[in-house]
Amino acid sequence: MPHHVLETPLTETQVRALKVGDTVTLERTLFGIRDGTLIALFDRGRETRLDLHGHALIHTAPNVRKMPVSNENPTGYAPLCIGTTTSQRLERFTRPLMERYGPRLIIGKGGMGPQTLAAFGDLGGAYLAVVGGAAALQTTWIEAIEDVDLDDLHPESLWRFRIKGFGPLMVAMDSHGGSLYARVQGEATARRDAILAGLGASD
Amino acid sequence: MQIDPKEIEELSKALYVRALKLLPPDIKAGFATLLRRETDAVGRTVLGTMVENIAVAERTDNLLCQDTGLPIYNVTIGRHVEFDGVALKEAIRRGCERATREHPLRSSVVHPITRKNEQTSCGVRMPLIHVDFDAREETVEIEMIPKGSGSENGSFLDMLIPADGVAAIKRFVIDRVIEVGGRVCPPTIVGVGVGGTSDLCMHLAKIAATRPLGTSCADPEGAAIEAELSEAVNELGIGPQGLGGFSTAFRVHVEIAATHITMNPVAVNIQCHSARRASAVITPGGISFV
Repeated sequence: MPHHVLETPLTETQVRALKVGDTVTLERTLFGIRDGTLIALFDRGRETRLDLHGHALIHTAPNVRKMPVSNENPTGYAPLCIGTTTSQRLERFTRPLMERYGPRLIIGKGGMGPQTLAAFGDLGGAYLAVVGGAAALQTTWIEAIEDVDLDDLHPESLWRFRIKGFGPLMVAMDSHGGSLYARVQGEATARRDAILAGLGASD
Repeated sequence: MQIDPKEIEELSKALYVRALKLLPPDIKAGFATLLRRETDAVGRTVLGTMVENIAVAERTDNLLCQDTGLPIYNVTIGRHVEFDGVALKEAIRRGCERATREHPLRSSVVHPITRKNEQTSCGVRMPLIHVDFDAREETVEIEMIPKGSGSENGSFLDMLIPADGVAAIKRFVIDRVIEVGGRVCPPTIVGVGVGGTSDLCMHLAKIAATRPLGTSCADPEGAAIEAELSEAVNELGIGPQGLGGFSTAFRVHVEIAATHITMNPVAVNIQCHSARRASAVITPGGISFV
């Protein structure tokens, strides 16, 4: 399976070239977003000044340390521990997020559902799986917190991270209708009846 | 022996941070066991990343996972221990808050209706403090569990009826494990509560999910179901992170309680692979982390 090293922001063509099973390492910029941020943007009428077009978003809320503002910590926050959260809760936001703000990649754990897969097909996007609960490792791929918006939602603010060698990540949902999660789920469901029979617990 | 609230406060603070950074030895051993059986290439890579992360967290003195969880403190008080219960609970709460401010840690705790985050990891009835008693002489044990939300959202209760039998309990567990797939950060410990009242059943599932690997249900019937379901869930192929493979769960754990003649309740509570907990024992000789 091909490995792609991608510098953000990305074009639609670059993202449509990604297929389930490929691996990706991201360079330069990554945005952090999650429940509170998306609820504010789409249910509460808030706006962000940050430009997400062509960018990669990770479902996250980081552990940070307050620092004096410096070149190294322009927001006054130093990254402490940054990983990912379960993506499925954010399913209903993918399409409006892509339509309004134009991001191309979503990074998270556990995968997303059919609405997201359809949005990826229509608008040109992909989901990259990062290992959940491996935040100590992923923090070493983050150089700095470059910007933060909507910080009244802290820690569910909208974060901009400067990254270096963020990966490898696995393409788990693509713009061609491919979803590794749907495949694994389908296979598990197909095995269910035989497993229950073995347990003497058939329907 | 007398409990000094100041000592409890310091210990409650230390245990929160310790739990977030050091994975218990039984969970590390659990990864080694899974790696011996995992043949799926993606599954092996994902498990390898998790094991690498444990080492990075230790080397860099960092948190294993970004999710600082809902803080749970289980306090077990032995015999001939004098304490002021109100002061004890206040001390735990202060320790939890100080860990959050002083480390610092992300506060993952919000008001359930306003969603306001006080940035203290504390709130109404949080930290969750359970107090129980045992027969050890002049001993107090405190266990701290930062319960991650990805797996906590994989919680279910079904008030089955006696006519449904044990078969329905097993079916419920398998179906819920399929339903949650990769969302609960597998490989997991699938905690199953059987019996009791509805609230006790759910609590049993949490006790089961946070019980060390290598332990079994004390009840032989519960232990038998545990063994059967542990094999069965790893035939589903969900695998690490739901990306496919053998390693869906380290183990299924079952805890039971007597129930009513009309009832057959079952609960599932899941613990993620970052199955964090830290314990310390206070005796007249001092404090030791266990």
